[in-house]
Amino acid sequence: MEWDWNFVWQIMPTLIQGVKITILATLLGSMLAAVVGLGIALARRSPNKALSRTVGWGAEFIRGTPLLVQLYFIFYVLPDIGILLPPLVAGVIGLGVHYGTYTAEVYRAGIDNVPRGQWEAAKACNLSARHTWTHIIIPQAIPPMIPALANYFIAMFKETPLLSAITVLELMNQAKSVANTYYRYIEPITLVGAFFLIISLCSVVLLRWLERRYDKIER
Amino acid sequence: MTQWSGYLGLIVQGALVTIELTLMGSVLALIMAFLAGMGRLSRFFVLRALATTYIEFFRGTSIFVQLFFAYFVLPLIGIELTPLQAGVLALGLNVGAYAAEVVRGGVQSIGREQHEACVALNLGRWQGMRHVILPQAFLVMLPTFGNNAIELLKATSVVSLISLADLTFQAQVVRAQTGNTMVPFTTILVIYFILALLLSWGVRSLERRLARGLDGVRV
Repeated sequence: MEWDWNFVWQIMPTLIQGVKITILATLLGSMLAAVVGLGIALARRSPNKALSRTVGWGAEFIRGTPLLVQLYFIFYVLPDIGILLPPLVAGVIGLGVHYGTYTAEVYRAGIDNVPRGQWEAAKACNLSARHTWTHIIIPQAIPPMIPALANYFIAMFKETPLLSAITVLELMNQAKSVANTYYRYIEPITLVGAFFLIISLCSVVLLRWLERRYDKIER
Repeated sequence: MTQWSGYLGLIVQGALVTIELTLMGSVLALIMAFLAGMGRLSRFFVLRALATTYIEFFRGTSIFVQLFFAYFVLPLIGIELTPLQAGVLALGLNVGAYAAEVVRGGVQSIGREQHEACVALNLGRWQGMRHVILPQAFLVMLPTFGNNAIELLKATSVVSLISLADLTFQAQVVRAQTGNTMVPFTTILVIYFILALLLSWGVRSLERRLARGLDGVRV
């Protein structure tokens, strides 16, 4: 089989549709992961042992099981108990929660890296627990962890093709459907690969820049 | 009440396929990791360039796309692969690219004085690597290799989409035959988690075993 440029241009609009959904899913998933991760990290530091243990085990479980099966679980099992989600929403929840358990570790490390003196100073200034977190700890903890967070968001981007398994019409699914319609696999699948490679290489450059930028602020 | 014993057989078969894939994929990944990791540290520009290309390519494109490429596109250019071969190939090459960076980092983490000691003892490059650097570096790499192996285990679920009868595939079969979604998916989530725990436990005991006799030498 030969590479056919005419076919490439013919399927391009369909693939671009898919690219939009892929990027949308990544952005929404990243936002959710950022929030879920912070939630998990805070819950694990909670003085309430029952809460911190339960959340810790739950996060461990989610991290030890495949995202694909979790997506199936959200998409096929939750409707049984009355929660019917559209594919994209189910996909974003799956991505967000799965990567939230990873970003939680980044937050944990970031929070642990805030010097002890800052906690003591907050106490000396008579700040409440809430104010200590929002005004002292989190603003100092977040900038150094931005490169690590970005790293996970790029990893999440590369996992979005899994959403095709729960019928989200993202890039991979569009590619598969045009491949099945015309029975030509070389162009669609290669283009998907090329697309991921290009975005990943660009994101590596972005990541290096983030690392340089936030390294400077801290030191 | 559904007859679960027959379905349990299916799940066990699936678990065996998943374990087989994980083991074979890990072996390929380990080989690729050392080849590419050493390639990146090579004196020769060609080897460095080859290794870097391999690593960036397989880390940059999604595992899912690579698997589809191996299964659907390679036959069109004359390379026929069974689903199992395509699965092992894609998983091994993908995780191998991540692990190659671990190998490079591990070797580079060994202090300069060790290299100088090798020169002082008149060891060749290969001898020094084999007897002095790698035994120490391997211990540094091991925990991250463990994480990589768990990533590989989780990635095996993707092969169900190229009709390989692994755990996730069998859960779908059970779901299709019984109409029950909760039981099969919960079961396989637990099985994946147990497999991941076994892996991390195995790596930790290997680490303890290899650390024997190195106390006081390393950090």
